[in-house]
Amino acid sequence: MVWTTRIFPRSQPFRRSAWPVVGLCLLLAAGVQAAGPAEGEHFGIAQVKFINEQIAAGWADVGLKPSDAATDAEWCRRVHLDIIGRIPSLVELQAFVADSSPSKRPDLVDRLLGDDFIDDYARNWTDVWTTVLIGRDVENEMVSRPGMRQYLRRSFSKNIPYDRFMEELVTATGANANRKDVDGFNGAANFLTGKMEENGIQATAKTAQIFLGMQVQCTQCHNHPFNKGKQNQFWELNAFFRQVRSLRRFDGTRDIQWIELVDEDFPGEGGNAEEAELYYELRNGLMKVAYPVFVDGTEISRSGYVPRTVEGSGEIGANRRRELADLMKASPLMPKAIVNRMWGHFLGYGFTRPIDDLGEHNPPSHPELLDGLAERFRQQSFDLKELIRWIVLSRPYALSSKASKGNQRDDPSLGEKPKFTHFYLRQMRAEDLYESLLIATEADQSRGGEEAAKKKDQWLSQFVIAFGTDEGDDSTTFNGSIPQVLMMFNGDLIKQATNTGKGGFLDRVAKSDMKNAAKITTLYQSALARHPSPKEVSAANEMLVARKGDAIGALQDIWWAVLNSNEFIINH
Amino acid sequence: MSSMFDLPAGMNRRHFMSHLAGSAAMAAPATAFTNSLLANATDLKKRHKAAILLWMGGGPSTMDLWDLKPGAPTGGQFKQISTSADGVAICEHLPMMAKQMHHMSIVRSMSTREADHMRGRYYMHTGYVPNPNVEHPGYGSVISHELAEQVSGLEIPPCVSVGSGSVGPGFLGMTWAPFVVDSNGNVRNLDMGIDPTRLDQRLRMLETIENKFIGEKRGGSAEDHKKVIDKTVKLMTSKQMEAFKVMKEPKEVQEKYGTTGFGRGCLLARRLVEAGVPFVEVDLGGWDMHADIFPTLADRKLPELDKAMAALVSDLADRGMLDDTAIIWMGEFSRTPNINGGGGRDHWARSWSVVVGGAGFKRGVVVGETSSDGKEVVTEPYSSQDVMASVLKSLGISLETTFTAKNGRPMKIANSGKVIKELFS
Repeated sequence: MVWTTRIFPRSQPFRRSAWPVVGLCLLLAAGVQAAGPAEGEHFGIAQVKFINEQIAAGWADVGLKPSDAATDAEWCRRVHLDIIGRIPSLVELQAFVADSSPSKRPDLVDRLLGDDFIDDYARNWTDVWTTVLIGRDVENEMVSRPGMRQYLRRSFSKNIPYDRFMEELVTATGANANRKDVDGFNGAANFLTGKMEENGIQATAKTAQIFLGMQVQCTQCHNHPFNKGKQNQFWELNAFFRQVRSLRRFDGTRDIQWIELVDEDFPGEGGNAEEAELYYELRNGLMKVAYPVFVDGTEISRSGYVPRTVEGSGEIGANRRRELADLMKASPLMPKAIVNRMWGHFLGYGFTRPIDDLGEHNPPSHPELLDGLAERFRQQSFDLKELIRWIVLSRPYALSSKASKGNQRDDPSLGEKPKFTHFYLRQMRAEDLYESLLIATEADQSRGGEEAAKKKDQWLSQFVIAFGTDEGDDSTTFNGSIPQVLMMFNGDLIKQATNTGKGGFLDRVAKSDMKNAAKITTLYQSALARHPSPKEVSAANEMLVARKGDAIGALQDIWWAVLNSNEFIINH
Repeated sequence: MSSMFDLPAGMNRRHFMSHLAGSAAMAAPATAFTNSLLANATDLKKRHKAAILLWMGGGPSTMDLWDLKPGAPTGGQFKQISTSADGVAICEHLPMMAKQMHHMSIVRSMSTREADHMRGRYYMHTGYVPNPNVEHPGYGSVISHELAEQVSGLEIPPCVSVGSGSVGPGFLGMTWAPFVVDSNGNVRNLDMGIDPTRLDQRLRMLETIENKFIGEKRGGSAEDHKKVIDKTVKLMTSKQMEAFKVMKEPKEVQEKYGTTGFGRGCLLARRLVEAGVPFVEVDLGGWDMHADIFPTLADRKLPELDKAMAALVSDLADRGMLDDTAIIWMGEFSRTPNINGGGGRDHWARSWSVVVGGAGFKRGVVVGETSSDGKEVVTEPYSSQDVMASVLKSLGISLETTFTAKNGRPMKIANSGKVIKELFS
């Protein structure tokens, strides 16, 4: 891309060597608050045009007016957080703001989705999907988080098409941990290794929920009282998972060393593998039979044999999970589920709430847009980066988070359906915060690797709460809680981020030949992507006075306050 | 009392406060954060109502604990024993609780519909089934919200959850969110390690930034953030934090509750209620016994529960706190009367029990009845809403209370549940 050659001659050279140029960049950036792209701007991308038209039609329907566009700096911060899971570095921000090219936004998106940021990109989406696929519990011995992450990092680095990604997860076989002494490592197996208890009830429920946007877990025991879900549908879907075995492997010790996921013949609960059935219990105690039938009613072979050639009979059997993956790939639900998930990731709310319930009882806010985007995503060969590009270049994504008179009532937190008239505030995820603190303090060291991921897991575990169920349900106390504020006030991470040690971020700012005002601006730009207001400058000056000439001490106090602010932790 | 809270060496609380007073006097006008730093530090000694929820995550098999069916094909392996309450029998593996049952009552006629963990958990905590458009407040948030006035000097969170996340505050807002601690009462990151004057200066700088962002009208979460900061500052400087130090209890008291996580959690709950906290939830997970339920209950789960719960009930009674403190024992649902092929029981919501006691509850009675196989409630069935309404009544909270959800819709407290009349004399 043009951007790369024009502004950034190499991939990430600035972060280390940037210091001398900061002053210059500040000059360039000072006072620049360029408005966003023009109203009808779609950068020549038909799908962006489609989004803009559909969203605007939604505004017109209910008489709402959109907010103004976000500033370049706000948009730049947003797009970094959402695509690569961290705020922009000072240098990245200033270069973008100073750029006067009309194509600077698509250029930046190209860059964030391109080779220069491949590690950041893969790290972020690995974080997102690790939580989606295996939750936050780091104690579960049926799952190898490093194995899962290794698979995800590879998938997102290569941008493998989403349909293949789904297929690899649903059909995985092999060892879940990457060990020297074990052959056949396949990190994708971790999606299912911990979900095969009790005939794969969890595998069934999570596959439907994540990849098809169907909430079937309740229909395991009964017909759903509120939607069309029927009990037979759950068990017919469950039948696809009956050949899977999650085998615990021990290595001369009592602890599980790794798990191997294999497909084996399913003889059926009646013992006839040609017609391999299962039975489930109705609430009145009667037993009913089920064979593999997809959610749209498509039946597959009832054979429980895994495929093989038998002399005289030729090919027999069927790999039920492979059949399932094929049916899912062809299903219209599959692209809808991922489009809704991605839209929710970038815009703060999906078209439905929760994002993984697309049932008829839960109509979407923008049905035509959801269907249209899903169709276009299929036409684009399920390329996730393309989908991201369409969303982040769209007008709703570029709007300011400041509500205006014309759209104050568009507030999904009040339970209304979102109209996307302004950018909805949301807190950074814990992972984003962690990475953003590293970037803001230029503590950029070997981020993205497995060692860094383990360290981050350790830090994240302080916020994880397990609910004591067999299903491994968990939650996080990270959002707006006292423990979160205590961590931001006093935790090790913040102590590290605000340290005044020699050669560290604050030390370099303090020792630079910038004037005091420019130093304060540097802190603000680094964390908040904006200049301080006059009121904030005078508050900061008071701090300098209070510290009686201890310049770095004062900078430390200001930096602490900036990092602890709502504006820092909220994606706006 | 020794060191009341973590301060730089050589500084006591009064010294700390005078520092703040000095710095605040120089700054004009004083900020909200600073005001909270200077908030009154009075002891909370006056009587107050409180509730302790013993949450049994995973769904305990109540027909093996509180409503046994010996001899029935569904009855399982346990015998029942008589208790200190006339005519009330419970499981043989709860011998210590058997001596406390004159303080407690069993509702054997619970009948609900949510047999999925997350849905059941939400429903039993809020009285509402999950709804994508409204987040309802859980027990802790409702009760602490309603009882907050009784404990106006409270500097530590009014809603504490030990070892579990409980359910969030919903439309009541993050002010009423459960404060989660582990059963040792550890609160992480409590100490900033700088002098109070400087902390105060930092907070004023922070407030300048917070206010600017709030003033830009970007959404409610900007303001919520500031409210949580305010509470955090209060907590960091409060000597009431001493209540969390459960390990400072005499050894014999700790042993009475049991040296298990749940035992310490129950002891911590008593300390917190003593300090003025109106709601504490203590979590005991691991009841999701789809296999080998009987040995698991007899050898592991029931002894842990029995010791801690009995200690809590008797301790509250001995200290004269039981008449003001409601105890609620429940999980998200129960388990199937039919025993499955793996010797376990699966999810079951149609007929089950909860246990309540203390505060304004009638004690030592059994409410309702299930059929001889445990599969049906044969008396009037009760719901989550009904239990919640009864708990609120036992605490003197008006059932006419109506909240306004974020969307402006009025929401009746406890979802208009009806009081279980047999629990009151």
